[in-house]
Amino acid sequence: LFPQAHRMFARSSRNSVSPVLLLVLLGCVLCPPAQASKSSEDIRCKCICPPYRNISGHIYNKNVSQKDCNCLHVVEPMPVPGNDVEAYCLLCECKYEERSTTTIKVIIIIYLSVVGALLLYMAFLVLVDPLIRKPDPYTQPLHNEEDTEDTRSLATVPTLAGARANTVLERVEGAQQRWKRQVQEQRKTVFDRHKMLS
Amino acid sequence: MVNAGDMNGSGNLMDFLDEPFPDVGTYEDFHTIDWLREKSRDTDRHRKITSKSKESIWEFIKSLLDAWSGWVVMLLIGLLAGTLAGVIDLAVDWMTDLKEGVCLSAFWYSHEQCCWTSNETTFDDRDKCPQWQKWSELLVGQSEGASAYILNYFLYIMWALCFAFLAVSLVRVFAPYACGSGIPEIKTILSGFIIRGYLGKWTLLIKTVTLVLVVSSGLSLGKEGPLVHVACCCGNFFSSLFSKYSKNEGKRREVLSAAAAAGVSVAFGAPIGGVLFSLEEVSYYFPLKTLWRSFFAALVAAFTLRSINPFGNSRLVLFYVEYHTPWYMAELFPFILLGVFGGLWGTLFIRCNIAWCRRRKTTRLGKYPVLEVIVITAITAIIAYPNPYTRRSTSELISELFNDCGALESSQLCDYINDPNMTRPVDDIPDRPAGPGVYSAMWQLALALVFKIVITIFTFGMKIPSGLFIPSMAVGAMAGRMVGIGVEQLAYHHHDWIIFRNWCRPGADCVTPGLYAMVGAAACLGGVTRMTVSLVVIMFELTGGLEYIVPLMAAAVTSKWVADAFGKEGIYEAHIHLNGYPFLDVKDEFTHRTLATDVMRPRRGEAPLSVLTQDSMTVEDVETLIKETDYNGFPVVVSKDSERLIGFAQRRELILAIKNARQRQDGVVSNSIVYFTEDPPELPPNSPHPLKLRRILNLSPFTVTDHTPMETVVDIFRKLGLRQCLVTRSGRLLGIITKKDVLRHMAQMANQDPESIMFN
Repeated sequence: LFPQAHRMFARSSRNSVSPVLLLVLLGCVLCPPAQASKSSEDIRCKCICPPYRNISGHIYNKNVSQKDCNCLHVVEPMPVPGNDVEAYCLLCECKYEERSTTTIKVIIIIYLSVVGALLLYMAFLVLVDPLIRKPDPYTQPLHNEEDTEDTRSLATVPTLAGARANTVLERVEGAQQRWKRQVQEQRKTVFDRHKMLS
Repeated sequence: MVNAGDMNGSGNLMDFLDEPFPDVGTYEDFHTIDWLREKSRDTDRHRKITSKSKESIWEFIKSLLDAWSGWVVMLLIGLLAGTLAGVIDLAVDWMTDLKEGVCLSAFWYSHEQCCWTSNETTFDDRDKCPQWQKWSELLVGQSEGASAYILNYFLYIMWALCFAFLAVSLVRVFAPYACGSGIPEIKTILSGFIIRGYLGKWTLLIKTVTLVLVVSSGLSLGKEGPLVHVACCCGNFFSSLFSKYSKNEGKRREVLSAAAAAGVSVAFGAPIGGVLFSLEEVSYYFPLKTLWRSFFAALVAAFTLRSINPFGNSRLVLFYVEYHTPWYMAELFPFILLGVFGGLWGTLFIRCNIAWCRRRKTTRLGKYPVLEVIVITAITAIIAYPNPYTRRSTSELISELFNDCGALESSQLCDYINDPNMTRPVDDIPDRPAGPGVYSAMWQLALALVFKIVITIFTFGMKIPSGLFIPSMAVGAMAGRMVGIGVEQLAYHHHDWIIFRNWCRPGADCVTPGLYAMVGAAACLGGVTRMTVSLVVIMFELTGGLEYIVPLMAAAVTSKWVADAFGKEGIYEAHIHLNGYPFLDVKDEFTHRTLATDVMRPRRGEAPLSVLTQDSMTVEDVETLIKETDYNGFPVVVSKDSERLIGFAQRRELILAIKNARQRQDGVVSNSIVYFTEDPPELPPNSPHPLKLRRILNLSPFTVTDHTPMETVVDIFRKLGLRQCLVTRSGRLLGIITKKDVLRHMAQMANQDPESIMFN
C-alpha cells in the first residue's frame, strides 16, 4: 500500500511531476486560508429596502454578527418615523453574507501563475526548442499509421535494458522526449485523423 | 498499470525516467479489458490477503488498510474535486468580469467582490461603485456615450478572443485529449475501453485551466460535463496510488464511477443527483458497493466546495433559489407545453450538432481547429454584447431567470407596475401588470433565445473543453420565463375566464414565472441528454423545493417522450456513434432473430480461422502467424484435424512471452516447439528446448453453439463484458464472434453503416 505510494512518486516521469507539484502546491496553500480568521472586510449584513411611499429604495450594509442581522440594527438612519418602522421593516429583506478575501486572492494569484508558467513553457516548446535541439540522424522517422506497436516490439531487440543513458540529464531528456511523443500521438489522433473527439 | 520493479540491476530513483516495461496482464491502448479476468484477479488478491492476515498482527493491519483504501481514495477524490471546482468557480467569476472592467483597489476582485464594501451602491444600480471601472473609463476617462460604448465593445471582443485563443493553444500543445465534453469518452472507458492518457495528469491540469478560459470568454458552453472529466482524472490519479486499484482495471472503473458522481455533485451542488447521474448516464456496471462510495465522494466534494465558499454566501451553485410559492393543477398544461418544446429542441440540437460535427470530422473544416474557435468566439462576442441578457455569463442569466420578482428586484425583467399603497411582505406580492421594462425584456429574451439555440450547435464539439448542461438550461429557462410571463399577464388581465377563475383571484399571487423557467430548463436538459430520474433530482436539489417535483417530472417525462419519438439516442450516445467507439449500450434492445452462425467469423468464403495447436507449432510458426494477422487473440485447439478447443491465448501476451523467453531462457530458438499442455511431449535428445506457454492460456473461454440466438449472445456480451466469444458445433471450433462483430451486426440491423465502428 504505502510502498506503492512511494513507488508511484518515484515512477512518475518528470513531465508528470510538474502538474502533480502544482496540485500539491495548490492544496498546501489552500489550507491556511480555510482557517484564516475573518477580517472586518469579510462579513456584512445587507438589507435591501424597496421604495415605500415617497421614500426611494435603498441598500444598507453593516458589519454586524449574524444574530444582529435584522432591519432594526442595520437600517440607520431610519427614514420613517417611529410608528411606521414596523411596516417599513416588513418590506425589507436582510441577509447575512460572508466571504474570504484571502481565499480569493490566493486562488486567483495561483491560477495566474499556473497560466503564466504554461504560457512560458508553451513558448519554449514552440519557438525555442526546435532551434536548440540538434536534428538527430538516428531518431526513428515518424511512423505511418500502419505501424503497430507489437510488430515493432517483435522486430526490435529490446533496446531498453542495454542502452540505458548514464547521466541524469540524458534521462530527463528521454522522459521529456517520450512525453512529447505521447502528446504528438494524441494530437494526431484528435486533430489530424479525427479518430476521437470528432 | 506498470510495474517497473522487474528491471534487473539497481532499483534506484532514476529508474523512473526510463521507459516503463510493459507487463503481462496490462492492456494495449484502444483495446477492451477482460472484465472476467479482472474480477477473478481481484478475488485472488483478496483471498491472498485474507489468508495472510491470520499470520501476524502486521499482516492483519495490512488487510484492514486494504479494506479501507477504497474509502481513503473516495475521500481524496472528494477533496481534490471540490478544491478544483472551487478554483474554477472563483477564477471564472473573476475572469468573466475582466472582459468588462477591472477593480482598482485589488485587481483580483470580480465586480461583485469589488463593490462589496462600497457605500455607493443604490437600489436601482446595485453594481455601481467607484473602485470598479469599465475599460473605457480607465483608458479614456469616459463612461457614457457612443465612444465609450464602442471602446467597451471592442475590448470585450478582444478579451474574449484572447481567452479563447489561449485555451485552444494550450489544448493543442499540451493535452489534445482535453477537448470536448468528456462524457462520451468516459462512458466508453467505463464500459471497458482503454484510452491511455485520457485521464492523465496533463489532461487534468490543462482541462482545469482551459475550462476557466473558455467559460470566461463568453462562449455558449458550460462547465458541468468537463467537471465530470476533471473529477474522473482525479479518480484515476488517486487510484494509481494504491495497488488494489492501479493494477486492476475493473476495480479502477468502480473508482471512476464514484469520481463522476463527485464531479456532477460539485457542478450542481447536488450530491444525490450526482450519484444518480453516474448511475444512469455514465457508468456501465454499478454494483451496490459503488453506490455508497459514490455518495460519500459526492458529499465530501460538496462539503469541500462549500468550505471554499466561492459565491460568498455558502451556496454551492450560483442559481440556488429558495421560494416556496405553490403551483396549481391548471398550470400543468403550460408545463407540458414546455416539455414538448424541450423535446423538440433536444431533437433539433442533436441532429444539427451531429451533422455539424460530422462535417468537421470529414471535410476541410476540421483542418483549422484554432481558426474555427476564434471565428466562433468572435461571432459570439459580437452578437452577444448588445443584448444585456447574453452579455453576462450564462449562469448569471439562469440565476436571474429563476428568481421570482419580489419587491426587491429592480431589474428590467421585474419592472412591473406596482401599487403604491401596497404593504405586503416580500414574498407575497400579487400578480401585477407588466410595465414597459418587461415588454422590452421579453423581446430581448426572444432574440437571446434564438441566438443561443443557433450558436450552441456550432460551439459544442469544438477543440476546447465544452459542456452543454448550462446552455440547454439557459435555452429552457428563457423559453420558460417567456411562457411564465405570458401566463401571468393572461391570468391578470383575464381573471374572469373559466380556467383562471377557480384558482386565481385578483390580488393573489398565482403565477410564478421563475418556476416556469425552472421547468423549461429541466425540459430542455432532459430533451438533449434524455436523463430522467437524475434530472429531476438535480433540479430539485438545485432549488430546494420538494413541492416542485411534480411539474419537473411532468416536463421531463414529456420532453423525453417527444424526443424519443424522433430518435432514440441522447447527445452522448450520438457522439459515441459518431466517433465509432466500441460501446455496447445496455439500453438498446436487440430484437432480431439472427443466430450466432450469421455473425461469426470466418464467414463463408473467408480464410479459415487462425488457430494455434497445442503442441505442434514452433516459435517461428507462431511469430509468423502473429505478424501476418492482426487478431487480438488466437484459439488453441488440440490439432488441426480434431479442432477441439483447449483455450484462448491473447496476442499481446504471446508476444511478451515469446520475447521474454528469447531473452531469458537458454535454448529457446525459432525451432523450439511451443506447447500449451501440462507436461512437455517426449522429444528426441537433440531437439531444442521447448517453450511452455500454458500459463498465458485462458482455459475457460466463453463458447456458444452455432444455433444460439444473437439476442442471447448480445446479452452475454453485455452482462459479462466479454471481448470475444467462440462458436462451436458438436465440440468442434467453428468460428469466433468479437465485440466489434456484435456492434457491426447491430449497426447493420439498424440500417446504419457497419464500417463506422472503428477501434479494435
